[in-house]
Amino acid sequence: MELVSLAIRSIFIENMVFAYFLGMCSFLAVSKKVSTALGLGAAVIFVLTVTVPVNWLLNEFVLKEGALGFLGETFASVDLSFLRFIMFIAVIAAMVQLVEMVVEKFAPALYGSLGIFLPLIAVNCAILGGSLFMAGRDYTLAEGAVYGFGSGVGFFLAIVALAAIREKLKYSNVPNGLKGLGITMLLTGLMGLAFMSFMGIDL
Amino acid sequence: MKFLRDLLDKQKPLFQKGGKLENLYYLYEAGETFMFSPNHTNGIKGAQVKDAIDLKRMMITVVVAMIPCLLFGIYNTGHMHFLAVGEAATFGDKFLLGLQLVLPIVIVSYAAGGLVEVVFAVIRKHPVNEGFLVTGMLIPLVIPATIPLWQVAIATIFAVVIAKEVFGGTGMNILNVAMTARAFLYFAYPAQISGDQVWTYIGDKTPIDGFSGATALAVAYNAGVEGEQSVTAALASHNTALSDNLFSFANMFFGFIPGSIGETSTLMALIGAAILIGTGVASWKIIVSGFAGVYLMGALLNLLAVNNFMAMAPEYHWVMGGVAFGIVFMATDPVSASQTETGKWIYGILIGVLTVIIRVTNPAYPEGIMLAVLFMNVFAPLIDYYVVKANKKRRLQRATV
Repeated sequence: MELVSLAIRSIFIENMVFAYFLGMCSFLAVSKKVSTALGLGAAVIFVLTVTVPVNWLLNEFVLKEGALGFLGETFASVDLSFLRFIMFIAVIAAMVQLVEMVVEKFAPALYGSLGIFLPLIAVNCAILGGSLFMAGRDYTLAEGAVYGFGSGVGFFLAIVALAAIREKLKYSNVPNGLKGLGITMLLTGLMGLAFMSFMGIDL
Repeated sequence: MKFLRDLLDKQKPLFQKGGKLENLYYLYEAGETFMFSPNHTNGIKGAQVKDAIDLKRMMITVVVAMIPCLLFGIYNTGHMHFLAVGEAATFGDKFLLGLQLVLPIVIVSYAAGGLVEVVFAVIRKHPVNEGFLVTGMLIPLVIPATIPLWQVAIATIFAVVIAKEVFGGTGMNILNVAMTARAFLYFAYPAQISGDQVWTYIGDKTPIDGFSGATALAVAYNAGVEGEQSVTAALASHNTALSDNLFSFANMFFGFIPGSIGETSTLMALIGAAILIGTGVASWKIIVSGFAGVYLMGALLNLLAVNNFMAMAPEYHWVMGGVAFGIVFMATDPVSASQTETGKWIYGILIGVLTVIIRVTNPAYPEGIMLAVLFMNVFAPLIDYYVVKANKKRRLQRATV
């Protein structure tokens, strides 16, 4: 039950995009078509679900203060948590590389349409944010995995919904100065307003 | 009539291309089509549309459907006031006081929004649309009668500009404009639109002893949190100082309870629904599935109930708060709702379900219909996308090459 409520919380209440405004670059850039957004969303779900538990292991057994205690007395007081950022990023980059190779092999069309944004998932702040939130909030391994998956689904929902709206927006008569990213930013704000409906729910 | 027609025709060249005031053409056009039905005809070629229903007539139908809600809201505002201060008053007194409070809000909302609409129409060269007649009427109906007028003006301007005009005007917005205005007020000035004190106008009089301005939903939510008595018992014993059984099922159905101006009466919303469905302006699918969604979710929560609010009989969700008004007038907005027929069912059901979930679980918002409508507005294009895709797939399978 704990885990289910954590999942719901990370999808709706603490949505990566609308509650923390993380991962905006790919959110804004790759949301022109639903099919592309689906691909990127799925990739983000996968990367988050894998990297958060892996980073949990790394954090628990290498980086945390006293985590190296199993090596012997002398290491018991070593605190490597200042290496968190660079280690987390390294893990994320490796995972993204894996996803990239898989996508290139099995869905070349999607690979083409995602373009530079697929490797750029590696520096997507939603993903690093997921790992850092996990470390900061002292989640257990299971909680970390559920949290990673939930945040990914939250991002997925957000980007797909935005893409569907933007496909509809093609028929709108947006003022020249706002075309493209301008209107998308406004749209993101309005969608955030709608997502406010879940904020304050205490699970 | 003839005189008016002549007057307009005489001015026409002034506004047409090459005329002195050609920049203001759409202002002229708005005035002309407001008074006379437009005489656009198609040539021999192309699509021939025989039905004369256009945007104007459609929007006016919605306004007409809202009139019962407005009139009742005006009466109820006065009724609640005299009940709270413990004075006897005639029907006329109540109506007059209500009129004093509600009319300025309606005027401000129309004036502020209309001004923005006209400015945008002239600058961006699109016709002034009657969509605003509906929005300008909806906004006063979903806010409490005690709201400061400048807040009404700001909210209306925000909603018309950010939620509608930046997308190109009527027919192109993503979110329901009136709901955006209310959400804006809710998050920007929560003190004037939430809590227990704002729903009943007291003025400089003092309320009678034991008066509480809480809405039915707030009472029900507290009954759920405190867990001492069932919701019906809490509703029955609430505010007995004013009148016995203020929150009886019948009172909530007819609307003699505190709340936003137009939302309290389920009956008036249903009359509006009958007009909208009868004239074919609103989709009955959204209305039916919206009410069904509320009932189903209420019934489902009965089974899983962990507190008294969840155990409340689901039909009470229909009559409390603004569910009826929201589903009939907000959810059915043809622009921001789902466009596909299957999508309308999904859209309506989800609005109902979400409303009840927000009501029951979210302490921050006693009423869920506002954010449920906005949330589903965001997802309506996605629903449509998949309905269209499924339809394409079905037809492709049927086609034999």
